[in-house]
Amino acid sequence: METFVAAVIAGLGAGAVYSLLAVGFVIIYRATEVINFAQPALMILGAYAASALVNEAGLPFWLSVLVAMVTLAGVGMLTERIALRPMIGRPSFSAATVTVGVFIVLLIVAFRLIGPDIITAGDPWGLSTTEVLGATVFTLDLAKIVISLTAVAAVGLFLARSRVGLAMRATALDQETALAQGVKVGRMFGLSWGISAGLAALAGVLVSSGGSGVDATIALVALKALPVIILGGLDSIKGSVIAGLLIGLAEGLTKVYQPEYAPWLGANFDLALPYLIMIVVLMVRPYGMFGTKEVVRV
Amino acid sequence: MSDVRTSERTMRGRPLLFTRYSDELKIFTTATKRNWTIVLVAVTVALPFALERDMVSLLSTVFVFAIGGIGLNILTGYAGQVSLGHAFFLGLGAYTAAVLGGEQSGGVVGLGLDMAIWLPMAGIVPALVGLAVAPLAARVRGLYLAILTLGLVFIGEHIFKEADWITGGAGVGRAPAEAVLFGFDLFAPHEILGYRFDRFTVFYYACFVIFVVMAFAARNLTRSRFGRSFAAVRDRDVAAEVMGVNLLRTKTLAFVVSSFYAGIAGALLSIIYGRITPENWNLFLSIDFLAVVFIGGLATISGSILGAAFVVMLPKLVQELSDYVPLASDVGQGGLFTIFQLQSILFGVLIVVFLVLEPRGLYGLWVRVRNYFKAWPFSY
Repeated sequence: METFVAAVIAGLGAGAVYSLLAVGFVIIYRATEVINFAQPALMILGAYAASALVNEAGLPFWLSVLVAMVTLAGVGMLTERIALRPMIGRPSFSAATVTVGVFIVLLIVAFRLIGPDIITAGDPWGLSTTEVLGATVFTLDLAKIVISLTAVAAVGLFLARSRVGLAMRATALDQETALAQGVKVGRMFGLSWGISAGLAALAGVLVSSGGSGVDATIALVALKALPVIILGGLDSIKGSVIAGLLIGLAEGLTKVYQPEYAPWLGANFDLALPYLIMIVVLMVRPYGMFGTKEVVRV
Repeated sequence: MSDVRTSERTMRGRPLLFTRYSDELKIFTTATKRNWTIVLVAVTVALPFALERDMVSLLSTVFVFAIGGIGLNILTGYAGQVSLGHAFFLGLGAYTAAVLGGEQSGGVVGLGLDMAIWLPMAGIVPALVGLAVAPLAARVRGLYLAILTLGLVFIGEHIFKEADWITGGAGVGRAPAEAVLFGFDLFAPHEILGYRFDRFTVFYYACFVIFVVMAFAARNLTRSRFGRSFAAVRDRDVAAEVMGVNLLRTKTLAFVVSSFYAGIAGALLSIIYGRITPENWNLFLSIDFLAVVFIGGLATISGSILGAAFVVMLPKLVQELSDYVPLASDVGQGGLFTIFQLQSILFGVLIVVFLVLEPRGLYGLWVRVRNYFKAWPFSY
């Protein structure tokens, strides 16, 4: 029982971060119908920015997280303006390939900045533990769940209630009609990238927190958000939150129980599991749990 | 039968005047193209006599990348299906070749068969796996396919790491297949007609022959009924279906052919690498091949060859330039970037720049130059 609770909390903690990243993918997809493969690089740059602010500039943790998020939002908006805006009206796979190019560039910049070092977020939780239902779990995992869900809720509230959020949803629904109503569609694209990159930065901080620190190759963790958005549905924020938690949970449980009950699947099977889930989902329900079913006439 | 007769003289002035459909579909539509191809082949055959050993080896890599790039271009450029999973099929080909043609040693299996067996099998096994995955890939399109194939890379990497009796396991790796064709070692020095060829030169010719055969096969495929149905599916799948193109069959064919090319390329690449680990076949190799296709130019075979030459030669070029440009430096000397980093960044930047400014890639640049000189000295 205690192992089970610990596995569930650890899985949900990882899953909450996946949700955060997946929401970033979904926001960009809804605005521009592009899958942003540069998200992992934005995440690791965010982690680096926060780490540098805490450890070298000596800012308090929360302030440095905020500054890192704003900085990365700027980087995201700049990327959109330079590399993605000219691709409007071109096939969406071309635009997605552009983001692959951006991914490489930003990733190498991050590798150069971080070098062989290990980055730590300087977070207040470190390796401390808490008791939940009799099981000892890392406080960090609880913090991940709370922070991620709060951030996603804030974005959801912004989209649902604010004037700009309404404009963004209008853009996602129909760009030309939105343009006719006076929405500055280009600015909404930039804003989507900004929000998404900000969320990625926050995810980066959460991934790199926990005392021991991470190296630059952790960036590829962000690609786990792809199985999440496939499971949740490419254009559903609700879907990506639920799917993120589910994938994290599946991963956490596999990590604990698979070596014992199914060792023939090999070591580190939990790392491949999300992609396996994704392929199954694509087979039986390609639009995911909450996604809009694509109407195909052929 | 109103076969319009045109004299040789008239044709020379109007190379694009076709009076028969079969002329338009020829493998070389103009005599100029044919002649230049012959010249290029001759130059390529002569090159090893003039070049250093490491350049010869690098050029063999260009041929191998061109084979893989042509495969990805058939899928992405002609049939319009973006795949990030190319590295997985390259790996599959490499390990098929290694199992069939490698040596049994250190816990990894190897049957030591002849290249005449393992080379075709290195294409056929990935093609069969491609056939198994294709129904999945045909169900989803566009970005979904890119994500699906990305998943393939990660699952493949996991399988490669776990199947250590085939691959030697993570970080350890194994020796590749032995390039022995009918008892003749293609990766060993030979003395032919009194001239000594080193092993890299011998393998250069082997790769070149395979490359030429596969490039012509691809060119023939793309000008056939199937090639035109690929383009129809890419341009508008609904319209293609209405015209009687079977979508599932067409996409499956594109996927299978692409996997076959990837497998052959992977097998040859493993010999150039000398030792292969499961980490060789990761996402970044896939991105290299995407760079070949997008920098070279979508839906042109010659573009893929240009792209392969560019992508493989770029590190060498960066290295040569690094003496003059202060941007790059050797590891640990405090420059802005290391050579390796600079080259990766250039890939990324070039993918973006070409897609934004010249979607037809290097081939498109060549077309511009050619068209300029066609009308020369008139600007338009």
